[in-house]
Amino acid sequence: MSAAFALLMRDMRLATRAGGSAALALAFFAAVAALVPLGVGADPVLLARIAGGVLWVGAVLAALLSLDRLFQTDFEDGSLDLLVLGPLSLESVAATKIAGHWLTTGLPLTLLSPLLALLFNLPPSGTLALVASLAIGTPAISAIGAIGAGLTLSVRRGGLIVPLIVLPLLSPAVIFGAGAVIGALDGLANGAMWLLAAFSFAAVLLSPFAVAATLRLNLSS
Amino acid sequence: MRVTGLVKLSADNLTCIRGERVLFRGLGFALAAGGALSVEGANGAGKTSLLRMLAGFLIPQSGTICLHHNGSDSFDPEDRRHTIGWLGHADGAKPQMSPRETLSFYARFYRGNADSTAGIDAALDAVGLGRAADLPSQYLSAGQKKRLALARLKISARPLWLLDEPLAALDTNGKALLRDAIAAHCAGGGMAIFATHDPLGLDCQTLTLGAP
Repeated sequence: MSAAFALLMRDMRLATRAGGSAALALAFFAAVAALVPLGVGADPVLLARIAGGVLWVGAVLAALLSLDRLFQTDFEDGSLDLLVLGPLSLESVAATKIAGHWLTTGLPLTLLSPLLALLFNLPPSGTLALVASLAIGTPAISAIGAIGAGLTLSVRRGGLIVPLIVLPLLSPAVIFGAGAVIGALDGLANGAMWLLAAFSFAAVLLSPFAVAATLRLNLSS
Repeated sequence: MRVTGLVKLSADNLTCIRGERVLFRGLGFALAAGGALSVEGANGAGKTSLLRMLAGFLIPQSGTICLHHNGSDSFDPEDRRHTIGWLGHADGAKPQMSPRETLSFYARFYRGNADSTAGIDAALDAVGLGRAADLPSQYLSAGQKKRLALARLKISARPLWLLDEPLAALDTNGKALLRDAIAAHCAGGGMAIFATHDPLGLDCQTLTLGAP
């Protein structure tokens, strides 16, 4: 356990340090969220309707920014070899790195989202649903994104391929996440939040095994 | 920390095919506790491939590798994860982390307990990095990063050291440090296998790859 904790702390420290990915993802998220109302126009009713969808897509894209480097830097500088030969199983290493990514990307995005919801004139009920859906759904972004990052590990310019692999797989999260916000606005219990939770739970539970397989594949080539 | 008590490493009838080319075939050796093995051969002869095979990264096309402990013989991942210390081409130094942070991390990661600050300082001083201990690793020279990798190998407390071109970028003093570290490791009952072009000046077995 303490080996996993040490790895988690190292990853979080690297992500929040100069040149790290955490601040970049937040800034990107804020920039996208600020740009959309400028493009769509100042129609408060329309903005409130699209807020959930736009902020969910923005969060997914912002999280993807840093995902392609999740294993890449460790692979290139030889750290991955050292992590594989450490006391943790490869599945545990994958789960730990996914947790580190979520804590430095998904969680800050979730915490920033109520502020950005103001730009969209989202009422309190919708904001609450947005924050809850992001809190529940962003772990799935980190988990599924990690599979894409593992698959493209030895591909040059893999950063461009990761979104192509990962975005289709994340569409359920966007559909249910945005659906939960719309449901809250309309006062409907549409069950989107439960489906999102189920999707996220399955993704987090299963992806470490898939990620470990992709890492094994890349290390043996 | 698990005490491994590795007594012997044996490899039997190993074949390595990279691309379409056979690098070696029918390769076998045995190394007992306290032994050192120098892997020699021309560029492209398969030295790195052999070391990566012994670390379990590469799967041999044929043959077996076995770690013999007191009472158990195996080569499963769980076993490797507590046995092998690795020093490869890439030194694993994060540009944003100082040598002190790097060593503290690996002490915790490999051994599960936080080393005392004094222990980390001593390890850094032993490889001549005392003055660069708090400098981000991006400012270190290639030789200094290699020294950091050596310090990491020493604190990882693994019985079997696999070293790929450990002499690269090291100065005369660094080479002596490395030789002494390997000698001390083997004298303490550990094993070391290294691929190198320059003789280390150690009393060791030699395995030449690519020989007819």
